[in-house]
Amino acid sequence: MTTKLLLGDEALAQGALDAGLSGTYAYPGTPSTEITEYVQRRVRAEGLDVHCRWSTNEKVALEEAIGMSYAGKRAMVSMKHVGLNVAADPFVNAAIAGANGGLLINVADDPSMHSSQNEQDSRLYTDIALIPCVEPSNQQEAYAAPAYAFELSERMNIPVLIRLTTRLSHSRSVVKMGEKHGANKLAPPTDRRQYILLPANARQSYRDLIARQPQLLTESETSPFNRYEGGADKTRGIIASGIAYNYVQEAYNGACPYPLLKISQYPIPLASVRRLFAQCDEVILFEEGYPFIEGKLRGLLGDRESMIHGRLDGTVPRTGELNPEIVAQALGLPHMAGLPHSDILVARPPALCPGCPHTDTYRALNAVMDRFPQGRVFSDIGCYTLGALPPHEAIDTCVEMGASITMAKGASDAGLAPAVAVIGDSTFTHSGMTGLLDCVSEDAPVTIIIFDNLTVAMTGGQESKATNRLAAICRGLGVSKDHIKTIVPLPKNHGDNVAVIAKEVDYQGTSVIIAVRECVQTLRRHARKGGTK
Amino acid sequence: MKKDIILAGVGGQGLLSIAAVIGEAALRSGLFIKQSEVHGMAQRGGVVQSHMRLSDGAIYSDLIKEGSADLILATEPLEALRYLEYLKGEGMLVTNSVAFKNVDPYPQDSEIRERIEALPHHLLIDAVAIAKEASSIRCANMVVLGAGSPFIGIPESALREAIAKVFSGKSATIVEVNLKGFDLGRDASL
Repeated sequence: MTTKLLLGDEALAQGALDAGLSGTYAYPGTPSTEITEYVQRRVRAEGLDVHCRWSTNEKVALEEAIGMSYAGKRAMVSMKHVGLNVAADPFVNAAIAGANGGLLINVADDPSMHSSQNEQDSRLYTDIALIPCVEPSNQQEAYAAPAYAFELSERMNIPVLIRLTTRLSHSRSVVKMGEKHGANKLAPPTDRRQYILLPANARQSYRDLIARQPQLLTESETSPFNRYEGGADKTRGIIASGIAYNYVQEAYNGACPYPLLKISQYPIPLASVRRLFAQCDEVILFEEGYPFIEGKLRGLLGDRESMIHGRLDGTVPRTGELNPEIVAQALGLPHMAGLPHSDILVARPPALCPGCPHTDTYRALNAVMDRFPQGRVFSDIGCYTLGALPPHEAIDTCVEMGASITMAKGASDAGLAPAVAVIGDSTFTHSGMTGLLDCVSEDAPVTIIIFDNLTVAMTGGQESKATNRLAAICRGLGVSKDHIKTIVPLPKNHGDNVAVIAKEVDYQGTSVIIAVRECVQTLRRHARKGGTK
Repeated sequence: MKKDIILAGVGGQGLLSIAAVIGEAALRSGLFIKQSEVHGMAQRGGVVQSHMRLSDGAIYSDLIKEGSADLILATEPLEALRYLEYLKGEGMLVTNSVAFKNVDPYPQDSEIRERIEALPHHLLIDAVAIAKEASSIRCANMVVLGAGSPFIGIPESALREAIAKVFSGKSATIVEVNLKGFDLGRDASL
């Protein structure tokens, strides 16, 4: 039997490849990036016929996957949790349209916000879309999930969300490979109205979606991913979902004395939950993320309130990811003390790399903004967000992908001046272009600096759709060609760059400065390979 | 056999290559493995750490419990001290002694050395100087692995084979340099 040592992300990717995947779509985002990178490596190494190029953003990626599913092939899309916000429109509507070829939506949540601005729980989205969710608890289940979910998706005519969390995405284990499934044949839907969500059709499709819910519940009740393990001691019952199951197993070294309900498929398997509540005096819940199951069990009136323990009554911390200590403590097990915490530690915050082009752009921008204490710099998501920290302290905001240009415009509408937006090349094509069009349409006095390092640097140097296209895009969107400037952020150009930025900040209309210099990390990689981009 | 190992260092020091070698060696030795690591923001000169769990029986949690690590293996001395609460009372700490000072203020070398030498079981090695002997400071991570290798619970031969496998995509010289670094690190430990 073949085994491989794989990250949770990689196990999911390998599982999808073995399950007859024809196309994967994604925008990079920690902790989901390695799913697509793994598919790309396998495709290169084995010459597989699987689409695996990066997409411009998560919405686009999901729509492309829906298109491939429409054509009858097995498709998946991968993103981080906040990416699902970007893709929320196709996500909810894909559930109404259904799936032709199997359609998987892989979302990696990031509780504790290791590399994110919130810790939203993607399971909540499945309530809006009314679709099933598989939440693997370990790497082997991450491998098994795609084959299972593709079959479920095709049989039930519905997209399936596979939820990962940081610790599973980024933890390796030995995974046994299973059977290989061939790709589906091209087979668009025979009902040509299926994907035309005009109200008359959508109403019927929505009724059909509702009508499938009892069957989806039955699927959960009988799912190999869900398991009721009967412990002898009924003073307590435990519900553990996803990776939280491992921490409970760890606490009792694989021999939990209490009845333990493992939930790795949703909708919540109600019969098993009822059985647990009927058998046990109290129930403790462990969920990685929001108290999603717990909240439903409590309900609004909560007549069993006193027997339910979890994140909502403080038995488990309300925020942050779980770990073996938190779970053991909630179960009343003794704490194992290690050596005392060291008294001389200092934090080592992430910083821009030595020689990073953003450093030179921020130095020049700061030199200009020092003259305007009332001015503000609206930033975005990427390496350049580190410009918030010393030594630069150059930016005032970072809210979500694309919010630099649009927030600068809104603040400018309110009278704030100068309003400067800084945005990376790939973030600009992800969701900055539409905001720029708004600026142009009103000739808003906003100065936009695009930090073009020719890659998606933060997530490890993936292909940027913006490369060699930025000036043309800005011109196409209507920015005056006299106010599209290109600078090269290098120490020797500092004086010139300050002058260019100062001039455009003074200009009372929309201007774009493209600061182009390749990321030092990808430059080094390209140099090692003996070629340049 | 059951070993819980904390790997600690700074982004760019090759910590994840150490993890890859141990993982490969454990796979070849038929062990169960869980190895959790931090990606993303941490790569930019920030803290990098990995929880490596090896066992001949099933492993449940991807994370190591406090007070249960057998070994802290570090490419940077202050990073070695960051996770002491995970180390068992009788646990071993093996670290490179050369500090990576990219923040200010930074504890004095003497303070760091003092704290490490106060631990019941420790080994401080100058992995950079030893790596220079092996002809490339880029193999300092393998020197650290070599120094930690007697405490990992995997035969030396399996670790050496794993180095050859993990670096097989590179030139034969790079494989040799890394093996030499490993051997010199191991010599420094025994």
